[in-house]
Amino acid sequence: MDTRPTFYQEITNMMYATHGDPISTCIQCGTCSGTCPVVEFMDHTPRDLIGMIRADLKDEVLASNTYWYCASCFHCNVRCPAHIDIADLMYTLKRYSIWKNQYPEGLIGPTFAETFVKMILSGGRSYEPVLAPAYIFNYGLQGFLNEALTATGLLLKGRIPVLPPRIKRLDNFRRMVGHIIPASNLVGEAK
Amino acid sequence: MKAYAYFPGCSLEKMALSYHQSALECARRLDLEFQELDDWNCCGTTAYFAIDQLLSYTLSARNLALAEKKKLDMVTPCAGCYKNAYFTNVTLKRDADLAEHINEALKEDDLHYAGTNQVYHLLEVFCNDVGVQEIKKRVTQSLNSLRVAPYYGCQIVRPRKDHEEVENPRYFEDLIAATGATPVEYQLKMRCCGGSLLITSRKAAFSMARNLLQNAMDNGAAVIATACPMCQVNLECYQQQINQEFGARFSVPILYFTQLLGLALGASPKELGFGSELVSASAVLAQIRNKETSTTQSPYIRHATS
Ligand code: SF4
Ligand code: SF4
Ligand code: SF4
Ligand code: SF4
Repeated sequence: MDTRPTFYQEITNMMYATHGDPISTCIQCGTCSGTCPVVEFMDHTPRDLIGMIRADLKDEVLASNTYWYCASCFHCNVRCPAHIDIADLMYTLKRYSIWKNQYPEGLIGPTFAETFVKMILSGGRSYEPVLAPAYIFNYGLQGFLNEALTATGLLLKGRIPVLPPRIKRLDNFRRMVGHIIPASNLVGEAK
Repeated sequence: MKAYAYFPGCSLEKMALSYHQSALECARRLDLEFQELDDWNCCGTTAYFAIDQLLSYTLSARNLALAEKKKLDMVTPCAGCYKNAYFTNVTLKRDADLAEHINEALKEDDLHYAGTNQVYHLLEVFCNDVGVQEIKKRVTQSLNSLRVAPYYGCQIVRPRKDHEEVENPRYFEDLIAATGATPVEYQLKMRCCGGSLLITSRKAAFSMARNLLQNAMDNGAAVIATACPMCQVNLECYQQQINQEFGARFSVPILYFTQLLGLALGASPKELGFGSELVSASAVLAQIRNKETSTTQSPYIRHATS
């Protein structure tokens, strides 16, 4: 007997583990899709995506851009009549697709998230200029120039730090993070 | 004098320095003591969750533990930090196993979090703890019917925490009215500005920010007040690019609510970090200074109604 969980079960289990509500109670009313401010950019509406997960359409779900476009604004969450944590579902799908190393080409999301983790391990704080290279080249020359202009404006106004900030007890901090993620390779790179 | 553990968040160190300065200035003038957390760390924005939710809880838990060590509730001016810290607190209280796991990691920095303190956003401290009535009494310089659009954004109001109003809260409007300014009513006050999408999907983010700016302008806003460094940067710093992209001509000052509140409490523009704007706020300052102004019309309004 095949005891492998289905895709639908995998996703629901992940949501249970992180305290999210499962999507089994979805009544497919479409309130989330009607509320979502980004829906016109998504290839599937949030409601459709839930339908696809329940139908075990794993490949289609993994190819979808929907959850990478989710802005985590929680507007759908507060309106869903079934109290489903839809934003958490979107996070769950991001995580799942990063684990499976399957996400659509050209989406900056995963690289950005990774750069962010490395940055924080290196100093304990956020430093905007480090984030730039992770996404800047995806916008082509015009995008790059625009970005540089915005950054220059901020520089002139003294709003970009010259040196990356660092917390004082950085070694303790890194060891703390080491307890949570076995990220020795990331920690190493960050130094 | 009520004391709080103050967690500024990364953006306030430089990018949003004016928020930091004006928040502290307002607190001082309202007799609140804000003790900055010693050696706080980045709490991990939403981008973090995509990689590791556990790590995100841990990062917030360290800051919460630093505040708890001082036996103080935590206040933060950043909507993102607020949401992360608030829900970390709630989740750790509910899940003992998770709390134990994270406390094991916190030991590396001689810390422990028991969850005995509360988390507030700056807006809540001013509106609830100090109170709008009390603030009104302390206003020495009325903002002269300046038309201010309060921008709640997402993470201060959502997700819902208890049974509070999430479709049409009014406390931000009340606070603005207390300063003598006129709060602008507009539909998108709690609509997402595009947030982190600015980095991951610029096209979507620009269109969301454009809609918001347009909606505030159409309703006669002379300035938009924000309560989050990320909302501020998104709406201000990219206005020029939004203008290019959509052939628009936005030139709306985006100020921190504490800069406006500070002016009303008698602080000088310099004390409130004015001068680092990319979209000039001089028209706003001029209107506040000019007590004789009879016009309350926004210079940005397009169609006069009468
Ligand atoms: S609003 Fe809730 S119940 Fe309705 S379709 Fe969306 S997730 Fe399902
Ligand atoms: S949380 Fe995501 S899916 Fe829900 S309304 Fe916001 S952007 Fe859309
Ligand atoms: S929300 Fe962002 S900027 Fe603010 S502290 Fe957290 S990670 Fe740093
Ligand atoms: S309005 Fe924008 S910056 Fe503010 S909380 Fe929402 S997405 Fe974040």
